[in-house]
Amino acid sequence: MNYRSPLSLARGRGSAHNGTAHWLAQRLTALALIPLGLAAAVLFFWVMRTGYYEVIALMHRPWVLLFAVLLVGVVFWHGYLGLRVVIEDYMPPGRAFVFVTLAKFLSIALALLGIIAALMVGFGSL
Amino acid sequence: MFTPFGTKGVAPQVRGDGMTPDSMPTSPHIGIYRWRITMTLSILHRLAGIVLYSGALGLVYWLVSLSLGPGAFATAGWFFHLWIGQALLCLWSLAFFYHLLNGVRHLLWDTGRGFDKPIHAERGALTYRVSGWMIVVGALLLTALAWIFGWLILGGAL
Repeated sequence: MNYRSPLSLARGRGSAHNGTAHWLAQRLTALALIPLGLAAAVLFFWVMRTGYYEVIALMHRPWVLLFAVLLVGVVFWHGYLGLRVVIEDYMPPGRAFVFVTLAKFLSIALALLGIIAALMVGFGSL
Repeated sequence: MFTPFGTKGVAPQVRGDGMTPDSMPTSPHIGIYRWRITMTLSILHRLAGIVLYSGALGLVYWLVSLSLGPGAFATAGWFFHLWIGQALLCLWSLAFFYHLLNGVRHLLWDTGRGFDKPIHAERGALTYRVSGWMIVVGALLLTALAWIFGWLILGGAL
């Protein structure tokens, strides 16, 4: 049986030191996603009524390619931070660590996949 | 002494202040509060975020299909034209506009605006509930407008 109070358990462990960085990153990525998300919404409706070769031609433009890479990167960065907050709020610490790690790996893998695909299209010869 | 779950024979933990865990005051459970729009919106923000994560999955799938060639791109187009694909696009767009508007509200809250005590006592409802309802209406309106503009006016062959 553990007779130590929650305070004494937490005492001496020090601060995690990186909580503020996550908090700030979540808000900065949110700010970045306002223009990126709105541009994506406009492009979505444009893409919907065009064909494959028009989309490829668009992706060859440097600014559009930069936009696509930024969008995918920031979306998964913000998504990971959001999932992490939800996991940490609703799961006990041990299980939360497992799921936060899974969310991190999943987000990095998906972001890289999307960025690689965008770069392949942008630098492709088609 | 109230002993939950039949913890017979176990001495109750007595803390330094003489209170046992059973007699300690606890904050009321959610069931005791009157329903407010703010409760629903708070959980919806997280739910919309998770829905949007699945939308990001759709974006990656679409980009990968684009990189694989016209055949794979046509398959992605076929999927998003199915009723399930259309339902997903509608859900993602609604989640997008809701999360966007409520996210801006969160960013404004983070600046501390409207949280000073005199202002809050006077305009607390505006800070939380009125703006909450505005976001519900705004998200529905923007979603409808986006689809009407994108679908009908641009003449998208969806």
